[in-house]
Amino acid sequence: MAGKVNIIGLESTAYRGAKTTLCAGCGHNSITERIIDSFFELGIQPTDVIKLSGIGCSSKSPAYFLNQSHGFNSVHGRMPSLATGAVVANRKMIAIGISGDGDTGAIGIGQFVHLMRRNLPIVYVIEDNGCYGLTKGQFSPTADLGSTLKTGVINDLPPIDTCALAVELGASFVARSFSGDPKQLKAILKAALSHRGTSMIDVLSPCVTFNDHEGSTKSYAYVKDHDEPMSEVGFVPYFEDISVEYDPGTTTQVTLHNGSKIVLTKMAEDYAPTDKIKALQVLHETARRGEYATGVLYIEPNKQDFVDMLGIVDEPLAFLDQSKVRPGKHVLDEIVESFR
Amino acid sequence: MSVTAPSEQEVGVRETAGRIVNDFAIQVATVNGSGSQTANLVLLRSIFQMGVPVSGKNMFPSNIAGLPTWYTVRASSKGYVARKKENDFLVAMNAETAKEDVMTLSPGAAVVYDEPLKLNELRKDLIFYPVPFDKLIAPVTTDAKLRRLVRNMIYDGVLSRLLSIDMGQMEKALRKQMGKKEKAIALNMNALKAGFDYADANLPKRDPFVVEPMEGKTDGMILIEGNAAAAIGCMMAGVTFVGWYPITPSSSLCESLIDYLKKYRKDPETGKATYAVIQAEDEIAALGMVIGAGWMGARAMTSTAGPGMSLMAEFTGLGYYAEVPAVIFDIQRAGPSTGLPTRTGQQDILSTAILSHGDTKHPMLLPASVNECYTMAQEAFDLAERLQTPVFVMSDLDLGMNTWMSKPFDYPTKGFDRGKRLDDERLKQVGEFARYRDVDGDGIPYRTVPGDGLPPFFTRGSGHNEKALYSERADDYTNNLNRLSKKFDTARTLVPKAEIDLAGRGGVGIIAYGTSHWALIETRDQLKNEQKLDTSYFRLRGYPFSKELFDFIDAHDRVYVVDQNRDGQMWSLIKLECNPQQVAKLRSIKHYYGLPIDGRSLTTELLKQE
Repeated sequence: MAGKVNIIGLESTAYRGAKTTLCAGCGHNSITERIIDSFFELGIQPTDVIKLSGIGCSSKSPAYFLNQSHGFNSVHGRMPSLATGAVVANRKMIAIGISGDGDTGAIGIGQFVHLMRRNLPIVYVIEDNGCYGLTKGQFSPTADLGSTLKTGVINDLPPIDTCALAVELGASFVARSFSGDPKQLKAILKAALSHRGTSMIDVLSPCVTFNDHEGSTKSYAYVKDHDEPMSEVGFVPYFEDISVEYDPGTTTQVTLHNGSKIVLTKMAEDYAPTDKIKALQVLHETARRGEYATGVLYIEPNKQDFVDMLGIVDEPLAFLDQSKVRPGKHVLDEIVESFR
Repeated sequence: MSVTAPSEQEVGVRETAGRIVNDFAIQVATVNGSGSQTANLVLLRSIFQMGVPVSGKNMFPSNIAGLPTWYTVRASSKGYVARKKENDFLVAMNAETAKEDVMTLSPGAAVVYDEPLKLNELRKDLIFYPVPFDKLIAPVTTDAKLRRLVRNMIYDGVLSRLLSIDMGQMEKALRKQMGKKEKAIALNMNALKAGFDYADANLPKRDPFVVEPMEGKTDGMILIEGNAAAAIGCMMAGVTFVGWYPITPSSSLCESLIDYLKKYRKDPETGKATYAVIQAEDEIAALGMVIGAGWMGARAMTSTAGPGMSLMAEFTGLGYYAEVPAVIFDIQRAGPSTGLPTRTGQQDILSTAILSHGDTKHPMLLPASVNECYTMAQEAFDLAERLQTPVFVMSDLDLGMNTWMSKPFDYPTKGFDRGKRLDDERLKQVGEFARYRDVDGDGIPYRTVPGDGLPPFFTRGSGHNEKALYSERADDYTNNLNRLSKKFDTARTLVPKAEIDLAGRGGVGIIAYGTSHWALIETRDQLKNEQKLDTSYFRLRGYPFSKELFDFIDAHDRVYVVDQNRDGQMWSLIKLECNPQQVAKLRSIKHYYGLPIDGRSLTTELLKQE
């Protein structure tokens, strides 16, 4: 496919990373591919991006895309705080954080909660396989009640629904998808990258080694059978004409901060993704039926994000010159005088 | 292994016949939340304004209201500002502690007390001054709430009369304290006068303690807490990111900083902030944010105390291994665990030096004075960026929260040191960017940051090679760890240099750091004057240790290491790097009962080991 360039003149190879070291067939690799596609198709400059992660199989994946971006594979469950400092320190950068279900739902749940609450501008992807892959398959907090390990151990605790939690806590873009649904996942990722605020995407991503067997509710077979798309997601970047492709009678459009549109084709029911209560209702109802609602579940396009809330200068804090951050002698004199 | 304990009450010789001028400690015992802080600071400040060197130490409970609190004002013509072991003048306002407070005084001490407490019946060898506080406050105001708040000003008035503290200075200090609140000032002045007049009419002077104006000792000086001084230093260091979580005794550092930043760090054109302060969800996140911001190139800091340090261990290890600058203030308090949150100590020295798992070591700066809180805050940011690693400023509650005299702070003359940041020119010279390659032989590699247009790299806390690529190779791993050690050796020459006084001429040497310094000044004078023992002094100001420390040990017969902790933590840390001959010379003096160290206890303990 060499030769095809995007709107900033880069080939898709410019968006690739190191060779994956995850298992062959791992859902996470499919997600990596969709991330590469999304950044390429949106024409985002890789040097404008930072990639952040915690620890686990999922958290290794930032090394496998966007080689020209700085990346930080940090400590287990702490990517949210690292991301918060990084994003605030340089507001010009586009941040993508990759986490897993253990990294987010267990050790990192506290930081996850507060990142969602702050509505930090970041695309936060949970590569969700319901188990700890890197330590050989223990249950994670998103494992469903009654699902089994390869060894036959049954999970006797209910799962944490990270999407419901994110909606509740204040994330302004919440979606769920499936690593085996490239079309939907890519549309969601592109919409998320065009949204300003926290975009939380839970991507069901079966673990081919430890969690793709009968009895697992996060296996390919199970998810394929129980995936209930809320709507067919189309994404139209701000630089494309939106009027031709969709019939207004059957779609819901949401305009994102940069003028892009997210177009949701209505499925079985009339779903308005801007209604928080409706979003939570759908998540609870589908969960009760043992199904996963997928698609963009909730979006609040104009919610103020954390960086704007701080009232900081436009220039990145990280690059402020000494003259801008060391007050003059008269300031020190004034302060000292107050202690006399 | 012995201890300097508070129970070792030393009975000093008192000059009851004559006058004791500008050399005594006043202790005020109140209940916290009763508004005594204003009265105490007015007392401290008015003596200071008379030109007499002072120090103020607050011993307060970990509680908001209703528990005992003691405030000690020391006046010292010689300029001693450490805590004085014995209190000479007690103001007993708290019924709950009054009896014990009186019983622990040395003979000859004076007591101003609330008349209904009938403390005069307890001892015959003290000088008692009963004051009917409730009766005196009644005419001042009819408002019960206000009465409670200004009641404490009465003892200032009484002390003004008894100790000859100028009422004009009291008023000036009160105005300083209250700002422009004229109504509050008038009310407090009335209470102050009520106390003065009562003492004048009813309490003939029977104790020897007097304050007399002095010249030349406090001219131009300021009174400030270490945390505020550190905050000023951080602002002058150009801090752009603060992540923090409230904890005693560190909160006032970030809170002062927030106030200063709000006032002085807005872009003049847009009015927007040239900084961000985030109150994190816990200390793990606070340092996580700081590491994230530091990685991006911001001057980032946090401030905490022992329990927060435990939580920050994880990110400290990441900062060390991934080589990310960060500045961390540890305002040490008495541990372990929750410990005594409002008592002081130097208990995090050993754990901070090697904070986090694996082979880690971290630079520490050791401020002794409020001025060093200010200067070392600035040095910490430069060092963190120069060394690309977390740098710790080890203050303590005594320094951070108590009021100290200081010369005014100097405006920084040096520009920021942003460390080894790669630029186009350097990139051309080296040809290829390798994030963790030791290009200059000092163990410090070059770095780039996101958005700077220079080559990117992938940062990780897992094993990596020179090029920042994931590696589990034995040679990559050991080479990297060895380079980090070399970097630490480079740090030995960069951390603040010790202050060395060799008056001991090869006999007794003393190594001390942080707030122990003030007690040590007094101890050395006591040893010299009372024992004819000259001592050398090595005031340690930074870790890792420099060659001078070991030279100092070599040059003396015996060397005492003063620690404000149970286990002689600095003593242990020094021993780790000593040869057997040096180890044999080291002796440990440990002070750990939560109160600031005092010179007399230190002298006693040292002489015990002589």
